[in-house]
Amino acid sequence: MSSLSFVRETMLPSSTPPTMEGSVIGWVRYNLFNGPFNSILTLLFGAFIVFIMYEILPWVFLSSWTATSLQECRDTIALVHGEGTTGACWAVIRERYLQLFYGFYPRELYWRVNLTFLFMLVALAPVLFPKLPRQLLYFTGIYPFLGYWLLWGGTIWTPFLTFAGLIVAFLVLNFISEKRGLLLGVITGILLIVIWFVFGVIPVAGLFNNALPLGIEIVESDQFGGFTLSVIIGSSGIAASLPIGILLALGRKSDLFIVKSLCVGFIEFIRGVPLITLLFVASTLLNYFMPPGTNFDIILRVVIMVTLFSSAYMAEVIRGGLAALPKGQYEAGDALGLDYWKSMRLIILPQALKVSIPGIVSTYIGLFKDTTLVSIIGLLDPIGLSGAIRSDTAWNGIVWELYAFVAVIFFVFCFAMSRYSIYLEKKLETGHR
Amino acid sequence: MKIKFLIAAVAATFITGSAYSATLDDVMARGHLECGVSTGLPGFASPDDQGVWSGFDVDYCRALAAAIFGDSNAVKYNPVSTKNRFTALASGEFDVLARNTTWTYSRDTDLKQTFLGINFYDGQGFMVRADLGVSSATELDGASVCIQTGTTTELNLADFFRVNGMSYEPVPIETNAEAQEQFFGQACDAYTTDRSGLAATRAASGNPDDYVVLPEVISKEPLGPLVRHGDDQWADIGRWVLNALIIAEEKGLTSANVREMASAPTNDPEINRLLGTEGAYADMVGLPNDWAVHAIEQVGNYGEIFANNIGPDTPIGLARGVNDLWTNGGLIYAPPYR
Repeated sequence: MSSLSFVRETMLPSSTPPTMEGSVIGWVRYNLFNGPFNSILTLLFGAFIVFIMYEILPWVFLSSWTATSLQECRDTIALVHGEGTTGACWAVIRERYLQLFYGFYPRELYWRVNLTFLFMLVALAPVLFPKLPRQLLYFTGIYPFLGYWLLWGGTIWTPFLTFAGLIVAFLVLNFISEKRGLLLGVITGILLIVIWFVFGVIPVAGLFNNALPLGIEIVESDQFGGFTLSVIIGSSGIAASLPIGILLALGRKSDLFIVKSLCVGFIEFIRGVPLITLLFVASTLLNYFMPPGTNFDIILRVVIMVTLFSSAYMAEVIRGGLAALPKGQYEAGDALGLDYWKSMRLIILPQALKVSIPGIVSTYIGLFKDTTLVSIIGLLDPIGLSGAIRSDTAWNGIVWELYAFVAVIFFVFCFAMSRYSIYLEKKLETGHR
Repeated sequence: MKIKFLIAAVAATFITGSAYSATLDDVMARGHLECGVSTGLPGFASPDDQGVWSGFDVDYCRALAAAIFGDSNAVKYNPVSTKNRFTALASGEFDVLARNTTWTYSRDTDLKQTFLGINFYDGQGFMVRADLGVSSATELDGASVCIQTGTTTELNLADFFRVNGMSYEPVPIETNAEAQEQFFGQACDAYTTDRSGLAATRAASGNPDDYVVLPEVISKEPLGPLVRHGDDQWADIGRWVLNALIIAEEKGLTSANVREMASAPTNDPEINRLLGTEGAYADMVGLPNDWAVHAIEQVGNYGEIFANNIGPDTPIGLARGVNDLWTNGGLIYAPPYR
């Protein structure tokens, strides 16, 4: 019996897959009509989507792009598409899109906003994509001062001296730290910066400017508005809140009693207060505490408040990341003989931050969208501007078109952030799952 | 609310140091007027696509700037919301607030502000769809009413229905834009807010004839510009610029003819005093002699300002009504300039 064994000597040609696999029909069947219950759901949702599209698409496309007022818009739409048609009046966007992007920024200076935005992308690139040359990071370091100068204008010496002051303070900090220890170094550095900012920069910049006037036209804060304002507030808040948040999170986990209490107090206080309250403090209360006549820029005040607010949330997100690490990681750092900062920088934080990426990006997106709250204190961000545009008697009564436009632009920004976080997570995936 | 007043009171104590310094000197040194306006209210304050502000309240700021600098463009507009307008004024972010603000007792006294006069008499009214066949607000028993929450209009509405022994169903909304959507979408039978706002909303509907504003006015809303307590000279300037615009209409001075009338003394001594061709009246308040000429020439008299921004020929289409001169049976009245 055993001699009847059979061994195939040639390969069978591969046959085509069954029609139900790998084809469109198969996909549809597998994903959409997989059993009676799912089929019903598919039909219901399909009908729902068709219904929504049926309601919205005519409104979107039977529209007017050319009118100069809402009334004219309605008349043209009725004329072109027949009486009784209600279409979108995109003409308001055509007329006001520059204002929605740039606010009241002088038209002939739009290039400065554009350039700042472009530079922001360049400055962000090396942070976001590690494959780019590291030298670009120098530009990132200079960018906040360059961007400030481009947007607000005025003498170049103020941002330059501010930057130079930071560099000098950092060098002093390093020097003293090596000679006398870290604590004294940090204290001297911070003292130097504060003294320099409060008393030094403005007069010295004035002197320099007298000697060598280098500057561009000043644009006042009340001319900022629209998406320019949102991006300024959002990006400064985003850039500043991560480092501050990390420090707060580390402080909260610290063994030093005072540091820990300060951090916990700060985080809990800020998280316990609505952002809108902080904005009101920024817009009105802060003025009472400053000597009369001081003009503390409103945008700067709002940026500070938004940064403090998001830092507190960021700290909690990062603390979550820190807590997710097994205790062994901390002990490993100690066992290697690393000091606190080295073990944090080399072992703990890279892992903790990686775990926290979705939370961090959520906070960023939330922060960016929260910038629309500034319309309540009278700043003309896109939402505030839509109110202002509506107050033009030509456009009074227009609502959905403006909101739709603002929503689309916000979606572009937020979706980009979200996609980047997914890219980053994939790249840093080291198989913990 | 209490807290807001408390803050303002604390604020007033804090800023007294600056408040007693002469605002006029500060404004002159700065080279422009800082004016608080609405973030956008049809007919009253609104930026165009170039960012240039216009409107009834804005024109008051322009007249004030013209009186001080001879240039109605020497103004910077600070858009403020209803929520932060008083604190922003008290903390000195701007010199004068012209943001269709109702003059009330507590705002005048407790919030420590000085109202400069009344440039618009508004009042709360009702708008309904024409096909409802309602001709009086007293027929609104059982109606659903769109109402902005947290405003005095909400309280006035409740009072009105209680006094008339009627019931209503409130449809709470947050902003005027939302109210328009709700009302035009027939989510409520009636919409109530200030009558100037109703007129603007009606104009925005696209088919104004489908809606009627009912004749009843259920509250007094005297609107006017205001400054903070503490600088009477500055308040005088603001008050008399407003009065000058009203006197100008009364005396027939317009933006077109005021320059000519000011070139030589006329037969009317009040015109001469106002335009600086007789006596030294401008010195009394610290303004240049021809301040009123500049204000009237560059902005127009009260009637022109009204007609240009909210009058019958504008989309807002408000009739003068109670805002006509006292000589025409209205309430607009200025003390004599002498």
